[in-house]
Amino acid sequence: MISISIVREIGPEIISLICAGRIGSGIGAELGSMKVTEQIDAMEVSGTNPFNYLVVTRILATILMLPLLIIVGDALALIGSAIIENLKGGVSFVLYFNKVFDALHYNDIIPAITKSFFFGFTIGLVGCYKGYTCKKGTVGVGLASNTSVVYASLLLFVIDFIAVFVNDVLF
Amino acid sequence: MEAEKTTDRTVLEIKGLNKSFGNNHVLKGFYLKLNKGENLVIMGKSGSGKSVMIKCLVGLLALDSGAIIIKDKNITTLSQEALDILRTEIGFLFQGSALYDSMTVRENIEFPLRKHKKKLGIIESTETLVLEALESVGLADAIDLMPSELSGGMKRRVALARALILKPKIMLYDEPTTGLDPITAKEIIQLMRNIQKKYKTSSLIITHDVDCARVISNRIILLIDGTNYIEGTFDELSNSEDPKVKAFFK
Repeated sequence: MISISIVREIGPEIISLICAGRIGSGIGAELGSMKVTEQIDAMEVSGTNPFNYLVVTRILATILMLPLLIIVGDALALIGSAIIENLKGGVSFVLYFNKVFDALHYNDIIPAITKSFFFGFTIGLVGCYKGYTCKKGTVGVGLASNTSVVYASLLLFVIDFIAVFVNDVLF
Repeated sequence: MEAEKTTDRTVLEIKGLNKSFGNNHVLKGFYLKLNKGENLVIMGKSGSGKSVMIKCLVGLLALDSGAIIIKDKNITTLSQEALDILRTEIGFLFQGSALYDSMTVRENIEFPLRKHKKKLGIIESTETLVLEALESVGLADAIDLMPSELSGGMKRRVALARALILKPKIMLYDEPTTGLDPITAKEIIQLMRNIQKKYKTSSLIITHDVDCARVISNRIILLIDGTNYIEGTFDELSNSEDPKVKAFFK
């Protein structure tokens, strides 16, 4: 049960929420700050497309790196629970990981990894959109950062809901 | 692509520029011609539409109506790629310098070269070009500093070096001396004159600094309520009896 819940839901969702807070707000604040200090305008005037340079790269980075982070996070969570089981319940590591790998199937892992690409896309897209369209000076930068986290977090739950629904239909 | 012939002397022309934000009509039929090698100063009080005009000029804001012709090309009808190429012939100095604060001075100045060096057939090494641009503004020692380590005047100089890296033929200055102490402001004005001599640029300067206009202008346009109020040399305008004009030159 532990391994299934970690791999299917807790790992992707919790790690994505943390990333929405950390990465989403960072992207929103950075692009917002660039917008209000005319750095994005300067980039455009110099003949460089700021959308490609600033937005596309960040969204690609979140799409590609979030699934990797989730895999690492899931692995650490399983190792952590193995240590606790060993210390408190006397369960050996070999037995624990045998049970873990017996319980896990491809239809637990593949949908979880697949939805994490969408989570990454959402975090990058919301952060970039809020930062890129930031207005009202420094107040706007704070607002962009704040709303990036709120909207990205909400959307993560919506996407997760859809993912669970699709998963139930397909598997 | 529409080509509209301007005279051989004219490098930039604005015809009947209108721009509104909601019900706020910022520019109402504004027009100007910038001649080759000329320093044209646009003066006007805050909120008169100077910065909106210059942003329309480089395609950062879309026009409601009118035409902007740079080197016989109407920028409103250009494709994005053609506009980007045209922009390499225009240097823009932003009011707040607009240096990329996550990059060093060297990276800031290199930035326009990354995309355009090959396209423009520039054969000199990037290092040589960066050093040359920094030497033109007297800041060769600051090459590895971050923008946060620079003073306001130094930032303005680095921004000027970045604007010059592609050796543009037209320079646009958005309030180049605003926010600087009088001595640094004079240094920046002198630098602008040196740059014009060295690179043979035509310059459009937006300012409300009368000293800057006196030293640098060949011609001045006074922009009031979004329209061309009066045009002339510094001497003509500073001796005008019109109260609105006098208010600027007191």
